[in-house]
Amino acid sequence: MQEVRGSSPLSSTTLFSIFFADACLRVAVLILNLSLGPHACKLAPPMETSQRDEQFYRSMVRMRAVETELLALSSAGQLRGSLHLAQGQEALPAGAGAALRKDDYVTATYRGHGYVLAKGGPLLPIIAEILGKAAGLGGGKGGKMHLFDLEYGILGTNGIVGAAVGTAAGAAWAAQLQKTDRVALTVCGDGALNQGHVSECMNMAVLYQLPLIILCENNLYSEMTPLSRSHGDVNLAGRAAGFGLNTAQIDGNDPEAVYQVMSEAVNRARTGGGPTFIEAATYRTIGHYQADSGIGYRTAEEVEAWRAKSPLDHWAAKLGKRAPAIAAEEQAAVRAVFEEAWALPGPDPLAAGTQVFA
Amino acid sequence: MSQMSVVEATNAALRQELTRDPKVFVYGEDVAHYGGMFRVTDGLLRDFGADRVIDTPISESGFLGMGLGAAMAGMRPVAELMFIDFSLVAMDQLLNNIAKTHYMSGGSVPVPLTIITQGGGYRGAAAQHSQMLEALLLHLPGLKVVLPSNAADAKGLLAAAIRDDNPVVFINHKQLFGAKSEVPDGEHIVPLGQARTVREGTDVTLFTYSYLVGMGMQVAEEAAAQGVSVEVVDLRTLNPLDWDTIAASVTKTHRVVIAHEAHMRCGVGVDLSHQIQSRLFDELDAPIQVVAALDAPIPFAKELEDVVLPSPARLLEACLGAVRG
Ligand SMILES: Cc1ncc(C[n+]2csc(CCOP(=O)(O)OP(=O)(O)O)c2C)c(N)n1
Ligand SMILES: [Mg+2]
Repeated sequence: MQEVRGSSPLSSTTLFSIFFADACLRVAVLILNLSLGPHACKLAPPMETSQRDEQFYRSMVRMRAVETELLALSSAGQLRGSLHLAQGQEALPAGAGAALRKDDYVTATYRGHGYVLAKGGPLLPIIAEILGKAAGLGGGKGGKMHLFDLEYGILGTNGIVGAAVGTAAGAAWAAQLQKTDRVALTVCGDGALNQGHVSECMNMAVLYQLPLIILCENNLYSEMTPLSRSHGDVNLAGRAAGFGLNTAQIDGNDPEAVYQVMSEAVNRARTGGGPTFIEAATYRTIGHYQADSGIGYRTAEEVEAWRAKSPLDHWAAKLGKRAPAIAAEEQAAVRAVFEEAWALPGPDPLAAGTQVFA
Repeated sequence: MSQMSVVEATNAALRQELTRDPKVFVYGEDVAHYGGMFRVTDGLLRDFGADRVIDTPISESGFLGMGLGAAMAGMRPVAELMFIDFSLVAMDQLLNNIAKTHYMSGGSVPVPLTIITQGGGYRGAAAQHSQMLEALLLHLPGLKVVLPSNAADAKGLLAAAIRDDNPVVFINHKQLFGAKSEVPDGEHIVPLGQARTVREGTDVTLFTYSYLVGMGMQVAEEAAAQGVSVEVVDLRTLNPLDWDTIAASVTKTHRVVIAHEAHMRCGVGVDLSHQIQSRLFDELDAPIQVVAALDAPIPFAKELEDVVLPSPARLLEACLGAVRG
């Protein structure tokens, strides 16, 4: 299902040379790891497939549990603001998060809370921020669309379509100028590719060979408009290849595929191989935001067909008997955090005018 | 002290800060190999190398967004915007992202990004290359805005801007680039948020900044010849404003003229006028006058530009009018 390409034009020779180069890189990295010890070249920690299966499932179940709590609060009129959920797309943060180090950078969209969760920071300050509490990541000033956590490299979820791509490209630039091997991941939607800012950043990512990964969640719609009515050419990876990025097209509902292609992209970025654009096919099985049923501009059949491809259900099946206990454990943990966060005090109104400047 | 042009002084500040702090890097269109459209970055590539002085494509939104990310990731980027007019293609990055990040993050993410640029008219550069856009940048909280009127301030304010942990937009005036004056040698810092009284007076205060400071000084001479004593205050930094200096001068002269080259509507003059009248109403002996560009785009032909942009005659009229009613 997964196809990796170099810059266009796409020929079997380029394909071969990329696979070949990649294979050489892996061997080189292996040798480096062996000769210099585990800390010398810090690539993604190798994980057994079975271990990963459980990690992916935990990550996806946790994200769904958070969304379930948020949806309940929102439906009860107890959550301020817009709520953009990502049900059906959980495989992407699960797979991508596992391929990153704590000190790598991430920027994402208003729908990007999953990546913040998957980056590994403590849950309470994240949930507290989404609930507008003083103890939240941003002291209640940001909310769900503006989650920042420098300690975990979270440089912002963002309410402006496409805007966070520049932030991640800049963090990647800093990593390169500082001669560290950190990388930056930015997550955007299919619709974001129609923002000029994103094109500008793709060009500069190639020009400067930035350690940047652009993970494009192609869920076939931007708000209620399908790709066919917004993109002159629906081949998104092709667009990125036109700028000279390494590209891959993957099944975004398969966390293992996401993890694999992300790991390749991350390793390439860490070792000076430049930026990668990953087009991940996925679908949100819920509305664009809390006030959208998700039906009307999409047929019930289409939604049902994608529900059948839910990564969460697939991984539950894969884990078999172990799944219910893991799910119950994660749900209970999330429930407990929500209860704790709900009881926290809101911000002091006097804080409204503070922190405009450092 | 050395005689330096504003361009040389700006360049000196960049050198001073590049030397002092390895986190500083300078980038923008034509800045590295060419040395800058206005020579502000002349020789920096040669002296500091390709990791510190970097050419960018013509992608203002992209490269300002990258400056934000680099600043969040521990660098102190200095981006050059060739003309402030081009900031308009990057307003989302400037105002939705750069200006808001520290606040939205609850104070946890500083953004030490400096943007150096130039604006202003009087050169027939027409509607898209002559603007003064500081009011746009000031309208949304989160950006510091600095406009030097001479070479020494250019050096000192830029150094302070680069050392500041907030996003700062540093706006030179294209008419002042060649203007030479005395600049302190060695390290020179002018703290942000300090106005400077450039001429003491007793009858009326002229608050202004950037190119109009020089024009104001000339007008003050003419007014003196007509028996009116004008105090000229160079605001230098518009955010943060030096309210103490402003209040002290109003309390002394009791009459106020505010002059700037940018447009009148929703501009700095109107804003400052409100602040002065609401906080110091009892001190005022006359209505506050604002001299600004007419609310028309900056035209090309000299006959037209002369009408739209503030002139010494209009400044003088305002100063005399404030005193004589
Ligand atoms: C610059 C900008 N324009 C419009 C919007 C309103 N808006 C919010 S989400 C969205 C759709 C974006 O679609 P896509 O990039 O595919 O991401 P998805 O929501 O599908 O994850 C739009 C138009 C916005 N937030 N920012
Ligand atoms: Mg979409």
